[in-house]
Amino acid sequence: MSEPISALRRARYEGFVTVEEAGLQGMVQIRGDFDSEIFTRAVSSAAGVAMPAQREALWEGRQGLLWMSPDEVMLLCPYPEADRALARLTNDLAGTHHLALNVSDARTMFTLEGAGLREVLAKLAPVDMAPDVFRPGMLRRTRLAQVAAAFWLRSDTRAEVICFRSVAPYMMELLSTAAATGSEVGLHGD
Amino acid sequence: MLTLKCPYCDVQAEETELHAGGEAHLTRHGPDSSDDSFESYLFTRENPKGVHFERWRHSHGCGKWFHAARCTMTMEVFGTYPAQTTKPPQAILDAITAKRPGWTWRELS
Amino acid sequence: MSTRLPTGGRLTDRTYRVGFTFNGKRLNGFAGDTLASALLANDQVLMGRSFKHHRPRGPVASGAEEPNALVNLGEGNRFEPNQRATTTELFDGLTATSQNHWPSLEMDIGAINTHLARVLPAGFYYKMFMYPRAFWKHVYEPFIRHSAGLGKAPDAGARDADRYEHFYHYTDVLVVGGGVAGLMAAKAAGQTGAKVLLLEQTAHWGGRAPVDGGLIDGQTPETWVTSVLNELHAMPNVTLRNRTMGAGVYDHGYALGYERLTDHAPDLDGPRHRLWRIRAAQIVTATGAIERPISFAGNDIPGVMLASAVRDYLVNWGVSIGDRTVVVTNNDDAYRTAIALKKAGLDVPAIIDARNYGGGALMAEAQGLGIRVEQGRGIAKVLGGKRVTGVAICNQQGEGAILDEIACDAVAMSGGWSPVVHLWSHCGGKLDWDEAGAFFRPRAEAGPTGADGKPFVSVAGAADGHMALASLLKDAAQTGTVAGNNAGFSGQTSAPDATDVPEKPLEPVWLMPQGARYDLRMKAWLDYQNDVKVSDVQLAAREGYESVEHTKRYTTLGMATDQGKLSNINGLATLSNALGEAIPEVGTTTFRPPYTPISMGVIAGEARGPLFQPIRQTPIHAWHENHDVHWEPVGQWRRPYCYPRGEEDHAQAVIREVKAVRQSLGLLDASTLGKIIVKGPDAGRFLDMLYTNMMSTLKPGKCRYGLMCSENGFLIDDGVVARLDEDTFLCHTTTGGADHIHAHMEEWLQTEWWDWQVYTANVTEQYAQIAVVGPNARKLLEKLGGMNVSKEALPFMTWVDGTLGGFPVRIFRISFSGELSYEIATPAGHGRALWDLLYAKGAEWNITPYGTEALHVLRAEKGFIMIGDETDGTVIPQDLGLDWAISKKKDDYLGKRAQARSHMTDPSRWKLVGLMTEDGSVLPEGAYAVAGGTNANDQRNTQGRVTSTYFSPTLGRGIAMGLVLNGPDRMDEVIEFTHVEGFTVPARIVDPVFYDPEGEKQNV
Repeated sequence: MSEPISALRRARYEGFVTVEEAGLQGMVQIRGDFDSEIFTRAVSSAAGVAMPAQREALWEGRQGLLWMSPDEVMLLCPYPEADRALARLTNDLAGTHHLALNVSDARTMFTLEGAGLREVLAKLAPVDMAPDVFRPGMLRRTRLAQVAAAFWLRSDTRAEVICFRSVAPYMMELLSTAAATGSEVGLHGD
Repeated sequence: MLTLKCPYCDVQAEETELHAGGEAHLTRHGPDSSDDSFESYLFTRENPKGVHFERWRHSHGCGKWFHAARCTMTMEVFGTYPAQTTKPPQAILDAITAKRPGWTWRELS
Repeated sequence: MSTRLPTGGRLTDRTYRVGFTFNGKRLNGFAGDTLASALLANDQVLMGRSFKHHRPRGPVASGAEEPNALVNLGEGNRFEPNQRATTTELFDGLTATSQNHWPSLEMDIGAINTHLARVLPAGFYYKMFMYPRAFWKHVYEPFIRHSAGLGKAPDAGARDADRYEHFYHYTDVLVVGGGVAGLMAAKAAGQTGAKVLLLEQTAHWGGRAPVDGGLIDGQTPETWVTSVLNELHAMPNVTLRNRTMGAGVYDHGYALGYERLTDHAPDLDGPRHRLWRIRAAQIVTATGAIERPISFAGNDIPGVMLASAVRDYLVNWGVSIGDRTVVVTNNDDAYRTAIALKKAGLDVPAIIDARNYGGGALMAEAQGLGIRVEQGRGIAKVLGGKRVTGVAICNQQGEGAILDEIACDAVAMSGGWSPVVHLWSHCGGKLDWDEAGAFFRPRAEAGPTGADGKPFVSVAGAADGHMALASLLKDAAQTGTVAGNNAGFSGQTSAPDATDVPEKPLEPVWLMPQGARYDLRMKAWLDYQNDVKVSDVQLAAREGYESVEHTKRYTTLGMATDQGKLSNINGLATLSNALGEAIPEVGTTTFRPPYTPISMGVIAGEARGPLFQPIRQTPIHAWHENHDVHWEPVGQWRRPYCYPRGEEDHAQAVIREVKAVRQSLGLLDASTLGKIIVKGPDAGRFLDMLYTNMMSTLKPGKCRYGLMCSENGFLIDDGVVARLDEDTFLCHTTTGGADHIHAHMEEWLQTEWWDWQVYTANVTEQYAQIAVVGPNARKLLEKLGGMNVSKEALPFMTWVDGTLGGFPVRIFRISFSGELSYEIATPAGHGRALWDLLYAKGAEWNITPYGTEALHVLRAEKGFIMIGDETDGTVIPQDLGLDWAISKKKDDYLGKRAQARSHMTDPSRWKLVGLMTEDGSVLPEGAYAVAGGTNANDQRNTQGRVTSTYFSPTLGRGIAMGLVLNGPDRMDEVIEFTHVEGFTVPARIVDPVFYDPEGEKQNV
């Protein structure tokens, strides 16, 4: 069997924030009726975490769920386990209207590490990144400069960003430029 | 550059995250419709100076369509609401009446 | 002469000497200098030439309002024209050159324009260059282009060496302006608990107050500023940013801040400028006021300056403009300049006060210092050429008869102060005329309103017309508190006590003397940068320009890079006097952002070079790059156009690639094709509405080509739909269509059929998709092994999942070339490896990667349409002979009703046919077929147009498709197509399928 590769094979940049492509990441796109207990129970048990609330990211180790819209969540898991999670969901939701797809290869995930990560994101996204407003566990779908992206904070010093795979080189360059040493704004996290 | 609250995300999104979709609450006219009603469905728009109902999509966000009641002259936003409805919620109509007494839009007032 | 005084200069550090050059001359200044103050310290008053008349000019101001002292800064990749010397902080190694002159600043040929001023009046260009018409293109326009433009453009090859960025910031209260009013307002707003951002355009806090004096809580303004700054720095909810200009105010609390990070210190790391994209619940503009010049003859001669600027240069930088300064004024404030100069040991031969009643306490103080005060007098004219040598004084009420001449080398003028109302006005704030102050001030109840319908901009201090320290601080404290309250916070701050010297009222003086003769008026400048004089505005009024907006454009008053900061009120008053109307009746021009010019770089931010635009890359992108690809941009994707080998040109490469596909084996990266999953119990019903064909009857395992139309009936996309299971379809779209067709689907699902049970997902990027095409395609797949791809197991228009050569794949047996063809989808992470394997294993059949141009030729040979070539937003499927793909059984689909409209069913609509030139040549792209006669516009009638045209390597001749009137009924007829060279090209109407009309090749 062929070994898959991520878009940038863990490219890394160290500025005032460290930017790294996270490598292969399992992602299962799930759409369904959040009011249906069958649905939410199946999703929760496949992910191993509770259903996230509006704009919330929930995780337990490498398993997680991201709130994407009122009828969509993204399940996070190790890359090789995505098909298994998908099969489990499909089985649990047989007969229930839903959509579940392994989209691990469609997107690229980046990690940002460092106290200045709020500034890096605030240079690129029209989002209030103030610590009292955007807190760990919150997720935002928006744009970073010219491309669609979602990001969430694992902590005040670690953020994760996902975008479409085709723009991964653009995103890497973008995040690296925003994180370049000397361009600290000096507003958040210093 | 305006901002609108996405009723699905509860995010005050700015215009660059949104996609404008023209006038709201159009009734689709299909194969059985008359030439006049089809023409009106496709091409006739209110284009008011003042209170207006529009469709917007939170395109750089949840991807959902919603409606906005807005004043085209002052950019005042009276409210936003999900697109899965054929007419504006009463609360929005009341909010407009409170601020723009005597307003009309199509058959609404 | 202008010089550095032995002491003084609150902003300069005399222990640190800074070297710089001006027009190649090496000069020295001190840390803390601006370029203007350092040049003045070196007796360099002449800093440039005006735009139209090339008049010698020195600085007239000391800050952002400066119209004259524009210079070229830097060299090479850091060269920038039109930089204001007054706002350029001096640094070691700065290089500046002056503008708008040839051959030199001192000796300028263009200055002849000044002697031609009589024949260069308002509207000169409009009047002069009207006739003869033929002269415009070859004489006038080249001449005007040659003379146009301020400063010099950077070299064509230069690339901006600096970095720029944006920064999004959200705050409760934004305060623009870091003078005492801004500081007070920020403190008051901050004490309510609101998040406050305070911006100051210069490097220094406190604005004019430390120069103008007075007492705040018994302290000097300077001491008070220091203590307030300490308080603000200690407040965690307050952010202070100096060197950051509030550039513009826009809808819904949006504001732009322009931060200049390294202009004063180019050796610093990091971005040069940062654009703050601010959302504020409340905006307080504390932007101060700007002093107005007075219109008298020679008011532009170097050495004539605003009184406040003379004072600034003295107090801030320890620089005197001249040894003998005559002060001319219509108000008390200018007396401060006279007093400051006198106290610094400089000579003030006279204060010319236009008011018969003179000034108040400040006048008394000046007289006490022994300064001569002339009341009710004016300046008839300034004497001198490149420098002031004296003034001739006259009665202000007269026509300019000279009473006396006073020798001097500087003139300090003050026509009163105008609040800086730009930011208030940007988003629609209204203004009132203030008779007492003779200025426009914000009308508090008519400010810009935000999303909630409530005002979000308020004005504090001098910007609000409060010129005296005590009332200014009170206003600022109140405004700051209210802004905090309106942003949802409570709290109250009281203003400090301040003492002001009582002043006598100003007397408006719009022309000096009030009855000045023509020869004086035509030397009395209103707009320095664009050389607009009092006589020009008066001429415009006489010629019928009554609206200020028209007069502005006709005379170019206020249209220079300073946007009329000094000239607008004087110009407006001159116009209103000429029209005999009151100033408020004449109205103001519109203020537009930015307040002062901001760099193009900061607007672009990070979006340059590799970040100019996102380039979407397929998983196989790097392989193409390593194989001499020639790229074609398709939306944001880059797709291989062709892969030239050795000496091949593009056309030759395409021919080789097409032949390889037809004869043996080709390989295409089709990853960019859109792939959308549509799933749910109503998926079939939904696709029946979306496509013109019937999709609900498609069997799982099968594929069907489909067409999508807009509700207008026009063809918007096409592609192959595969049914994956009972509930699930996979819709292929064009490369450009993936995103918008997905959006189109969601739009109909969310806004029209929201009760239908359907979910969609755009999975375009989940898969790399590779087309293996040609007579040997099956052999290659069989060589990889793992799946039965025989005709029987995988017939044409079917698909199958499996493992091919160790790769998880889905194979679609579809063809866009007319050859035996498999499109193989594999998760993107496997894409590159699968491509490499196919390429390696295909060597025995001379496997040939081909690009989009070969793809186009192959499909055109087969008569397949291409969205964007055969369609242009006005074409319906029926025009393209695609009636076979339009279901007759369906009651409805998007576009069906529109296609029944009379214009759509008109038999004279142009229809698709094939076209072959008689001589085998390739028809020009987009060429029209001519018909007899002419239309109403005297243009030749047309009867068709070319939509696709190529050289066909398979047929060895040009082939084309086009839309032609009654085309399908006119087979074999020869019609004429236009050619740009003027002649026409005959072409025969033929069937659009040029190759394998029976479709045998793809069905083997």
